[in-house]
Amino acid sequence: MQIYLPIAEVSVNLFLLLGLGGLVGFLSGMFGVGGGFLITPLLMFIDVPPGVAVATGANQVVASSISGVLAQLRRKGVDFVMGTVLLIGGMIGSFIGVQIFAYMTALGQVDVFVQLSYVFFLGFIGATMFWESARAILRSQRQGAQQIRRAHEHSWMHSLPFKVKFRKSGLFISVLPPLALGAAVGILSAIMGVGGGFILVPAMIYLLGMPTKVVVGTSLFQIIFVTGFTTIMHAVNSQTVDMMLAFVLIVGGVIGAQIGSRMSTRLKPEQLRILLALLVLAVSIKIALDLLLMPSELYSVTRLVLP
Amino acid sequence: MRALLLALALSIGPALAEETLVTGLSRDDVQITADFTGSDILVYGAVQRNSPAPQSPPLDVIVTLEGPSSPVTVRRKARIFGIWVNRAAVNLGDVPNYFAIASSGVLEQILSPDDDLRHQISLPRRLAVTKITAESMDSWEFLQAAQRIGSAKGNYVTQQSGVKLAEDTLFRADFALPANLTEGDFTVRMFLLRGGRVIDTKEQSIEVRKTGIERQLTNMAHHQPLLYGILSLLLAAVAGWGASEIFRIWRR
Repeated sequence: MQIYLPIAEVSVNLFLLLGLGGLVGFLSGMFGVGGGFLITPLLMFIDVPPGVAVATGANQVVASSISGVLAQLRRKGVDFVMGTVLLIGGMIGSFIGVQIFAYMTALGQVDVFVQLSYVFFLGFIGATMFWESARAILRSQRQGAQQIRRAHEHSWMHSLPFKVKFRKSGLFISVLPPLALGAAVGILSAIMGVGGGFILVPAMIYLLGMPTKVVVGTSLFQIIFVTGFTTIMHAVNSQTVDMMLAFVLIVGGVIGAQIGSRMSTRLKPEQLRILLALLVLAVSIKIALDLLLMPSELYSVTRLVLP
Repeated sequence: MRALLLALALSIGPALAEETLVTGLSRDDVQITADFTGSDILVYGAVQRNSPAPQSPPLDVIVTLEGPSSPVTVRRKARIFGIWVNRAAVNLGDVPNYFAIASSGVLEQILSPDDDLRHQISLPRRLAVTKITAESMDSWEFLQAAQRIGSAKGNYVTQQSGVKLAEDTLFRADFALPANLTEGDFTVRMFLLRGGRVIDTKEQSIEVRKTGIERQLTNMAHHQPLLYGILSLLLAAVAGWGASEIFRIWRR
């Protein structure tokens, strides 16, 4: 069954769209990533114009993140204090990122810049997470279940000023590292058009030393606001949010998110991390191949949208 | 339909040429609804004469259907430091988003290059007149690429012998508009030829418009973008919360 999308101006299969939304929602609920790094390339693959794909993808991520946060909230997996600190940093970073994006656009190489960012960050984070979680799994198999869980060892963070107690995370650290992390993620999310969950989740675990059970919910909490902001910006600046497309993706996505967040409680944290690592690596390799292999069509046509 | 033909015939007035076209369309508007999957368009007509038809040179008809035009940028990738990046770019002034051409014979045989140049009938000719703003040594290759990509996407269609000509008088051409249509005025051009030369032309237009919810969403997105954005967020919030609640109740 085909459906015509009013803003994208393409006709696509309704069930294909529902499936895409469901898949991304599932990942979102399971890993605490918004799924922007998946939905945007997938939409472009089915001939949705890139601008519409980015903007509508952001809108869909808002819905699946809200659904995911509510599910996490019930098992007390959201650290609102930490989330708010990250969000403030994120807004500052997002502002800086938009300037960098505009500068690269003026240079005329924004496409490659975005693709390289994807390859570099997804590749680095995927590889690091994969390495760490593979070691954790091996270790737990070798030693059985008895494993000493030590709260992070980064002592330098304890010597910084403005210490705040993050009760849910069981941390008493300075607000500066989370602020800086939020800002770094904000920059990247503005450049790459994603919520930034795939960077935020591992950074919260490895850099801030947060326990895995609050990481997913807190990350989703921050993503809601970042992608919500992006949606409004795109709707006002470029009119590229397709509400019909968003609606279909959301219907699929919210169901997927619920199933995903239920699944996440059945898996061990290191298993969850290794799966996310593999997914992130796969996307980064795919984009790297697009850059490295000779394309079958060297030319591309971009139609300027008339107001 | 007969009334339309008659009206057309009257509007032509006293024919200057010996043979003229009288034409009609099966529809003069296409409405894009949510379940739009494309539309069929029939172009039909007749050759009007004051005297018996000459035996030679042979009579032919070409019909083109052209969508609205807009500027496009064609980019070419090149390998730099091992990765493929967009390098050269050419801006084309106005390129139709849809172009279909149907003819009563092989185009190259029934249309002389001179007349193609004069009337810009074929797609290569039609694109060749477009304004090329980023002039480059090989801009011709960019034009060809635009044509190749459009054909691969099904937006540029050639129907050799797509015009059915009966008794050298009546003709019809069928077009199937794809589902991926952009709003705007589509132009139908009809050419009557003898021995490769155009002896009469007619032009009609088809209005392609979104209707219903498609129309409302498009209007709102363009006229009240902030409200539209907030509404999109609200939709997302309600859907996200709703699904969460439904699952909670269901789980009990």
